[in-house]
Amino acid sequence: MLHTLSIGELGRSLDSGQISSVELTRHFLGRIERLNPALNALITLTAELALAAAAAADARRAAGERGPLLGIPLIHKDIFCTDGVRTSCGSRMLDNFVAPYDATVVARLKEAGAVMLGKANMDEFAMGSSNETSYYGPVKNPWDTTKVPGGSSGGSAAATAARLAPFATGTDTGGSIRQPAALTGVTGVKPTYGRVSRYGMIAFASSLDQAGVFAQSAADAAVVLQAMAGFDPRDSTSIDAPVPDYSATLAAPLAGLKIGLLREFFDGLEARNSALIHDALKIYRDLGAQTVEVSLPHLPLSVPTYYVVAPAECSSNLSRFDGVRYGYRCEKPKDLLDLYTRSRGEGFGAEVKRRIMTGTYVLSAGYFDAYYLKAQKVRRLITDDFRAAFGKVDLLIGPTTPTPAFAIGAKINDPVTMYLNDIYTIGANLAGLPGLSLPCGFVDGLPMGLQLIGPHFSEAKLLNAAHRFQESTDWHRRSPPGYEQ
Amino acid sequence: MTAAGLNEWEVVIGLEIHAQLATKSKIFSGSATAYGAPPNTQASLVDLAYPGVLPVLNAEAVRMAVKFGLSINAEVARRSVFARKNYFYPDLPKGYQISQYELPVVKQGKLAVMLDDGAVKTIGVTRAHLEEDAGKSLHEGLGTGSGIDLNRAGTPLLEIVSEPDMRSAKEAVAYMKKIHTLVRYLEICDGNMQEGSFRCDANVSVRPRGREKFGTRAEIKNLNSFRFVEKAINHEVSRQIDLLESGGTVVQETRLYDSDKDETRSMRSKEEANDYRYFPDPDLLPVEIDEAFIDAVRATLPELPDDKAARFARDFSLSAYDAGVLSASRELGAYFEAVVAALSASHDAAHAKLAANWVMGELSSALNRDNLDITVSRIVPAQLSGLLARIVDQTISGKIAKEVFEAMWSEGKTADAIIEAKGLRQITDSSAIEGVIDAVIAANPKQLADYRSGKDKLFGFFVGQAMKATGGKANPAQLNELLKRKLGGGQ
Repeated sequence: MLHTLSIGELGRSLDSGQISSVELTRHFLGRIERLNPALNALITLTAELALAAAAAADARRAAGERGPLLGIPLIHKDIFCTDGVRTSCGSRMLDNFVAPYDATVVARLKEAGAVMLGKANMDEFAMGSSNETSYYGPVKNPWDTTKVPGGSSGGSAAATAARLAPFATGTDTGGSIRQPAALTGVTGVKPTYGRVSRYGMIAFASSLDQAGVFAQSAADAAVVLQAMAGFDPRDSTSIDAPVPDYSATLAAPLAGLKIGLLREFFDGLEARNSALIHDALKIYRDLGAQTVEVSLPHLPLSVPTYYVVAPAECSSNLSRFDGVRYGYRCEKPKDLLDLYTRSRGEGFGAEVKRRIMTGTYVLSAGYFDAYYLKAQKVRRLITDDFRAAFGKVDLLIGPTTPTPAFAIGAKINDPVTMYLNDIYTIGANLAGLPGLSLPCGFVDGLPMGLQLIGPHFSEAKLLNAAHRFQESTDWHRRSPPGYEQ
Repeated sequence: MTAAGLNEWEVVIGLEIHAQLATKSKIFSGSATAYGAPPNTQASLVDLAYPGVLPVLNAEAVRMAVKFGLSINAEVARRSVFARKNYFYPDLPKGYQISQYELPVVKQGKLAVMLDDGAVKTIGVTRAHLEEDAGKSLHEGLGTGSGIDLNRAGTPLLEIVSEPDMRSAKEAVAYMKKIHTLVRYLEICDGNMQEGSFRCDANVSVRPRGREKFGTRAEIKNLNSFRFVEKAINHEVSRQIDLLESGGTVVQETRLYDSDKDETRSMRSKEEANDYRYFPDPDLLPVEIDEAFIDAVRATLPELPDDKAARFARDFSLSAYDAGVLSASRELGAYFEAVVAALSASHDAAHAKLAANWVMGELSSALNRDNLDITVSRIVPAQLSGLLARIVDQTISGKIAKEVFEAMWSEGKTADAIIEAKGLRQITDSSAIEGVIDAVIAANPKQLADYRSGKDKLFGFFVGQAMKATGGKANPAQLNELLKRKLGGGQ
């Protein structure tokens, strides 16, 4: 049962020679072959590369090298450029795009010896909360394949939940790691903006995008984040601050920790969901933490603010997909305008077009002040609310999503309802804060997530709090029915 | 346009000068900026706007912009912001240009410009901001298709925006030349206009003389020579005045200057203009500049053109005009000073005027004739001062010196070597000159008689004959004096 072992346990087995990375890699490739067709979590499988990388990792270990990720398989969200491997971003626009370089995240994990098994499905250009906007079709939730896994990193979340790999990378612009982690019952970490390099990560909304990790536990996530985090001179917004040893403080006591209960997150939350959060709070109190209620008055403005800022940035970021240098190009363009309009019209899906149009509108002369500028001001107010809250408490706590996973097709034709799915996660992106979602129970047989949000660069504290919770609970050890074997 | 037209209308011009900064690498990527490389060989993934790549600001470009700001006494912004200017064009790979919009790195400054009549006019500089250049579309030799060369994409530019302070094409050219001199002094731009390293857009309008409100302006794009700037503006002024005098109105638009036809034509009107949807680039942090950075840049400022000209005028007693010409480039100024220094080592500094005349005269013509830059002059300062020393000590006359100069230019020897080899040493021996004069007089009895009967003009004839007989080597002053005495019948 290699797929139930933690990264630490796998590492010890590799170090002791009980298993090899090639065996481990074969094990997960076998699971993918068997289980992925029902899930559609991976859209590119790199079996040959994986076995070669695993053999190389075994050779490094044989030569005496050690490392917590040396020889450990993973799956990359298809938003990260991978040298020589198709990088589609879930879009027809990049269906034929083979990246000529590795994203910094990919390069760092490669350097650490992690073995890429393939690339995970995702909402097109990370725009979506259900993984239904992918050009490659929706990803199914392993807990119930009629349900969505969340998005945009739905493929990474479903793959981690189904144990198709020990861990997977993801990106979070408005909740795209935490929301799918919650809906699939895994641990997902969205670090502080600037903690992990964005270089090579195809941009959706540059001021909000942040790379992170899906794992079976906070302890595993700590090991992976350790390898991903750190300054990158190729990303001007990455921050040159030392990366603490995340694993070292996992077991630190929580006595005296002040946890703020976000009042705004409980308005209208269904009783059963609310009860799970209160159960979690009781565990934290038992661990010695204090819980107090706090209010962030501007937080309810998060969703409208986000849906001005993110589309504005995306409308500009996606201009480079013009059919000229790479990616999709329409058949027989008549002239330049025809090349642009048809390549983009045919290459992008409906949700991407909706956001490009929204973004173009809010940046236009005559509307800029009323939308973009005002949204930036509200963004500042939300950030200030968080700052004030962190003057009183160490961490904020609340649900990750308002509901468990919803049915495929239920919200896709109602963008506003879909957008409200990220109501609890968007605030952390607007303020650039780290957030973490961890499994905290079930509603109707579907997992729910507990969200922790901390001040800038408090990843160690978030992982510590999540780890202590996971020492007291076994929600994170539950496997979707049919995926245990 | 009627002849009276120009007197009734006042011309208003503002320039936007694009100076390509002389950084080794591009403004947001590590690609080289060298001119003339084969297409797309100096374009990295960042320049090609591949998915996932990010810009990283080249600190050297900021340093150069600050240097410029300090040189025009402008305020350097402690915080400036890069914005995205969004539009689609094949030579713009990202679909936006990174530029500075609301918060430029260099704020208001000013520049003194000397006009043709010697008057000095101060022109305001509104701002100067950093931006990246676009690539180039290639339409020739590619059949029905077009090619794109992205070597230039991402090359750093400093856009220097003037106030609408200029009132004639000549003033505009004088201002542009001054900026050109300045950026080369500062070594932040090579100033090469043929390669497009220094070019400008001109905003031109006219208004009835005496009216305060500006007329509607037209913007003439991409002027890449001083001559074209002057011609394009003059053409545009005539066009606007003709239009207004025949009852029409000027529309705000962008125009292109066609140097072959010497006319401007409409490119796009205001209505057709893009909405660029500027917003701060979230991939780049605001540029924060502190006092220490500014002080460090200030310490690298060279002597500026105006200061150098003032010093030349004062120390070498040169006219403002001569001082201006000799300080037009750092290299020319340095050459001139080297000649003066070498000459002063053995002779009086009062001979600086002589050095100025030779540098601005013979040397400049020879350089122009052979299309050489002062830095690769075939006569180095030590050689020229060697020649001038022989004029000062009367070894040779000024006329012979020109002959020696030409020999130095082609043979590369010292003046002394040439004077010796060609026997050009001036004859100052009175008895030798007298001998020549006696022979000339004896050979021309008729002219002598005519001269003595009052035909004074024949004096020149005798000077010419005597000079010819000495091969031009006779000391002219001595010759004149002796000849005058002999022709007058004296001994």
